[in-house]
Amino acid sequence: MSNFFNIIFSVDFGYAVLRVTTPILFASMGALISDKAGVINIALEGMMLIAALTGVIVSALVQSAGLGLLAAVFMGALVGMMLAYFALNLKTDVILAAIAINLMAIGGTIFILFVVAGDKGISSSLPSLVLPKVTIPLIEQIPVLGPILSGHNILTYLAFLSVWLMYIFIYKTPLGLRIRAVGENPHAADSVGISVRKIQYIALTMSGALAGFGGAYMSMGYVSWFSKNMTAGRGFIALAAEAMGGGTPQGAMLTSLLFGFFDALSNSLQSLRIPAEFVQMIPYLATVIGLVIYAANKTRQIKRIQANKERDANI
Amino acid sequence: MSKQSRIFEISRTILAITIALLIALVTILFVSEEPANALSTFLLGPLKSMRHFGNVLEMMIPLLFTGLAVSIMFSSAQFNLGAEGAFFLGGIASTFIAVKWALPNVIHPVIAILVGGLVGAVFCGIPAILKVKWNATELVSSLMLNYVALFFGLYIINYYLRDVNAGAMVSYKLAETSKLIKLIPKTRVHFGIIIAAIAVIAIFYFMYRTRWGYRIRLTGLNSSFARYSGIKTASVIILAQLLGGFVAGVGGSIEILGMYRRFSWQSLPGYGWDGIIVAILARNNPALIPVGAFFLAYLRIGADLMARTSDVQSEVVYIIQGVMIVLIAAESFMAQYRHKLVFKEARNRSV
Repeated sequence: MSNFFNIIFSVDFGYAVLRVTTPILFASMGALISDKAGVINIALEGMMLIAALTGVIVSALVQSAGLGLLAAVFMGALVGMMLAYFALNLKTDVILAAIAINLMAIGGTIFILFVVAGDKGISSSLPSLVLPKVTIPLIEQIPVLGPILSGHNILTYLAFLSVWLMYIFIYKTPLGLRIRAVGENPHAADSVGISVRKIQYIALTMSGALAGFGGAYMSMGYVSWFSKNMTAGRGFIALAAEAMGGGTPQGAMLTSLLFGFFDALSNSLQSLRIPAEFVQMIPYLATVIGLVIYAANKTRQIKRIQANKERDANI
Repeated sequence: MSKQSRIFEISRTILAITIALLIALVTILFVSEEPANALSTFLLGPLKSMRHFGNVLEMMIPLLFTGLAVSIMFSSAQFNLGAEGAFFLGGIASTFIAVKWALPNVIHPVIAILVGGLVGAVFCGIPAILKVKWNATELVSSLMLNYVALFFGLYIINYYLRDVNAGAMVSYKLAETSKLIKLIPKTRVHFGIIIAAIAVIAIFYFMYRTRWGYRIRLTGLNSSFARYSGIKTASVIILAQLLGGFVAGVGGSIEILGMYRRFSWQSLPGYGWDGIIVAILARNNPALIPVGAFFLAYLRIGADLMARTSDVQSEVVYIIQGVMIVLIAAESFMAQYRHKLVFKEARNRSV
């Protein structure tokens, strides 16, 4: 047991939590923006995978990590638009369309990986680049906190910055207001002249772009290669994190950190004498439990409000 | 369904498949140096020998089960994606019975398959109960539980059933008494295909000819209406998920007992997702599931043969699947054509 606490209260562990939270955080922001516009995006998983491969290929071709990132984000946005086209123009059920995208992403990335790199498993034959790590001058020198907070990949900082930007965007800008209006009540939004379809297009495209950041981080920061199905359910976890975070950027950030914590825990606990399978199960099981607690709380709240209303009506 | 709308649905499906195939063909033309060879193997390869056609039938068996499972669960309008985990756990449970228990010939597989089915039912029941009791979205919880199933199953294999002398992480050999007999010589087509045929008929009967099947479909079409007409929608939803999970679990058991000598899956085999494709192709109608399963199996085997004999990778089939799902599930796809059909019909009647 003391071993266990030694692991959790170490500087390395704190650093690892932020490192593994990054892709989940980006994707949960992607889940948030589409959820705010009233469309659930379960294609985040596939979008991240496609973006991760795009980042590797482009950065290897043009030998620029920045352009690789740009291409990955662009590709994510493009897939987001594709999903919007399927769901909004062709009227495919958005969940089925997203499942189609996820399946295409799993097979399609392997297909393209083989065409480009000649291997079906890993992209190590491609000279792809990684995005730089950043040391923060002053914070770096603080004991304990310094090594935890400083020296991360630039995308890790961007991920946390995106939470703040997302907050401003959703709650303080006209477009954010429109997105929320469409999500709350599309008919009301339509009646005051907001184009529901256009807003949902924008939201899904942004959602894809954010997933693109997450995917780029996976293959150009978290590790320096693309391997098949490397996202391993992070897009789905992000979806759960967003649902549990109560649909706010801050909430989604906290729950993403929680999943990051469990993810990092599963990585470090592998040195202890617990069956590896149970440790690997932790993040997913924690997600289910968290989801149930959140949903149960929400249902209780709604019931209480209804009960209050009825009581007021009786008086 | 009227004759007209049936013709419409069929032509829509055929057009969607044609478009998907065309996209795949263009892709093959782009990446291959010998496109003619690749194409002919892909489209006709499975017909060229009995062994390859046998491969198609073998591949069809798990798809029949997961297709049925998904069609039952989706019929109640629940996006429960747990068929994947139920299939995997079904395979684990029957491996356990097949390795650990000593039973006589016919009884051994029967018990193993039933236990596999029960495990699958419990597994798919969990998201349904979480949904009904606490309103937790079944979509996300079933996705997460699939991973839990994977790691739990691997734990069971690794700690209770692992044959240390085998080199890889595989179970002990399944007892000979537990295996399903082969039906067609020179292929691996096994008795499971007969069980699958019975399952198709039984589930069609259940869904379209019994009170409970009707309740499931009604709840799926309009749950408020179902509730106001006195149907306990909560129990209907749970029943549909239990039944779907049972069928998926049985499928996993049969796949292991019919096709394998040891349990050797290291990751989720993906048949649950394939079941979604089959169910979409069949419009959730159990009677059409065999058509969808055969078609998908044919594509898969064709792609595998192509990958073996040419320079095109079998993953091209994923592109076909994706395009098919999107177009077939798309309400607006060919909506104008339907409009014309309805218009013509109406004019004919009024004259």
